[in-house]
Amino acid sequence: MRTIFYIIQKEFIQVVRNRVMLPMMIIMPIFQMLVLLYAATLEMKHIELFVVDNDHTEASRTLVSKFEGSPFYKLSGHSASIKEAEKQMKKDKTDIILNIKKGFGESLNRGEGTDVQVLINAINGTKAGLINAYSLNVLSEYMGEYAKDKGLYSEQFSSGSLDVRYRYWFNAELNFKHFMLPGILVILVTIMGMALSAISFVKEKEIGTIEQINVTPIRKYQFLAGKLLPFWIIALFELAFGLTIGKIFFDIPIRGSLFLLFSFSSVYLLAVMGIGLFFSTITRTQQQIMLLFFFFNIVFILMSGLFTPVESMPQWAQTANVVNPLAYFMRVIRMIMLKGSGVQDILRELISLSIYAVLILSLAVWRYRKTS
Amino acid sequence: MIRIDNISKSYGYRLALDSVSIHVDENEIFGLIGPDGAGKTSLFRILCSLILPDSGNAKIRNLDVVTDYREVRKIIGYMPGRFSLYQDLTVEENLEFFATVFGTSIKENYELIKDIYEHIEPFKNRKAGKLSGGMKQKLALSCALIHRPAVLILDEPTTGVDAVSRKEFWEMLSRIREEGITVIVSTPYMDEAQLCDRVGLLQNGELLTINTPEGIIQAYPKDILSIQSDNLYNVLMDLRDYPLAHSSLLFGHEVHYTEKGENIDQHQLKEYLNKKGHYNVEMNLLKPGIEDSFLELMKE
Repeated sequence: MRTIFYIIQKEFIQVVRNRVMLPMMIIMPIFQMLVLLYAATLEMKHIELFVVDNDHTEASRTLVSKFEGSPFYKLSGHSASIKEAEKQMKKDKTDIILNIKKGFGESLNRGEGTDVQVLINAINGTKAGLINAYSLNVLSEYMGEYAKDKGLYSEQFSSGSLDVRYRYWFNAELNFKHFMLPGILVILVTIMGMALSAISFVKEKEIGTIEQINVTPIRKYQFLAGKLLPFWIIALFELAFGLTIGKIFFDIPIRGSLFLLFSFSSVYLLAVMGIGLFFSTITRTQQQIMLLFFFFNIVFILMSGLFTPVESMPQWAQTANVVNPLAYFMRVIRMIMLKGSGVQDILRELISLSIYAVLILSLAVWRYRKTS
Repeated sequence: MIRIDNISKSYGYRLALDSVSIHVDENEIFGLIGPDGAGKTSLFRILCSLILPDSGNAKIRNLDVVTDYREVRKIIGYMPGRFSLYQDLTVEENLEFFATVFGTSIKENYELIKDIYEHIEPFKNRKAGKLSGGMKQKLALSCALIHRPAVLILDEPTTGVDAVSRKEFWEMLSRIREEGITVIVSTPYMDEAQLCDRVGLLQNGELLTINTPEGIIQAYPKDILSIQSDNLYNVLMDLRDYPLAHSSLLFGHEVHYTEKGENIDQHQLKEYLNKKGHYNVEMNLLKPGIEDSFLELMKE
């Protein structure tokens, strides 16, 4: 135990003396929280709307003002020519073209069916889908109101008769930041934990200090524990730091127990740091291990459900996520923070990650050779 | 004390050590001399249980370096050729760290390292990376000694160190031996061989000889002639063409010359050199030095 304590003490001195590491630990959470959270948003605001109105009736003007009145749309231009509108879209100056043909108002007045054309820029498929959904909403709302005004309750305009009310649970205002912040915390904690301990290990190999360590009676598990624990503590501090920033700046809800969140994070960190340490036993230079990290972390992060729900991934991807520790944590941190889940709700993940941590850490101890 | 028996080690196709056997007695300074790439470091790393030999075995105080490696690591002090301490820790922190790792403290063994550590103590709060080469070496030696090992293994400790520090260093080694510690040291400098109690000469993984420095010199079989001239280079070239010549090697401002037979006929040699146009040539019979012996052995 004494030996482990001295290795930890040595690591902390080295971290504090490191001119890059210490500032990074403070800057990284602030930057990720404050900048990434705004950048990585799926909320749609300022949808650029281009109107082509060839009808010029009261009906068409009401429709356009309906769009303009919505907080999501911004009128970027209007013209009588669809050609002009298409040109604007090709220049990427507009996201959606609302094309109202001549005779739109007249057909409506006569109670006949009519159509409006909606053209959406679908370079970004997710965005296009959202614009489509918003636009349909505006259109059906318009139809409902129009029918009411005219006293028309024909079957065609019956969409207003069934009143669907939505209530969004756990994130009532559909605040995207409340969804993203826990995810970014996961990435922060993962990178801190996994990279720092593993790189400090590989650095000893690169500089040659491991040579001097290997001839001492330090046991393998002692050395690895000494490499793991300091950064484990640091990563948990980072989590606390990140949560504080989230609370102060974004009023992020923490509905579940903080104790449970930190307990789960502790187990999670053991698993990812185990992966890091295992990598460091099979690499020789910092360059090699950085490449390995890039490869695995990008895959892990994108498959973890940071942006897109894991449930909509193909079955094989969901199966592959069994070995992706980020996927467990990404789910659980949102469950605890947004839903207030208790220990029995996350028990399965907790047990899985515990097994994961034990396996990967044993593998790292086994693979670390004091003799080459 | 240390018994190395028929140790072989190869890296791929390259044979680094070819059935090397060395016995080192308790409390002696044993020097392993050899050019770069001779296999010195490989042999030391095997002794330190850092690499495994392909065949043969090595024992330190009857502890096998392969099977009893855990015990071996407690009784050896190893100073690798490359500076391997933490450059971002201070002098004192390094020493303290290695002391605690071995379950001891600086205070407990201060007497042993006092002479060495005194030199660097004024800089104890300086980071190890900021020390000069000589001071780094003293710190490394202090760290290797802090747990009072039975055997001190030094891999080329004087490479890249200035002449004064080298001399100091060897004086330190003899004091360490007086403390009852066996020292095994490697060096590429042949002149340092004379400072050891016994030396082994290693070349291409093969142990050429193992003896006391005096023994090695006495075993030298031939007359050896020192030749000086103001046109030394041409003399050297012509000597190499001389049919009776065995070896002619440049040693600073003179050539060390031997013939195929044991004794040298100086008259005949002078006549040959005169014929080649060298008149101002000075010849003296020499007592062979350890370098002559090594070079002769390595030539064979």
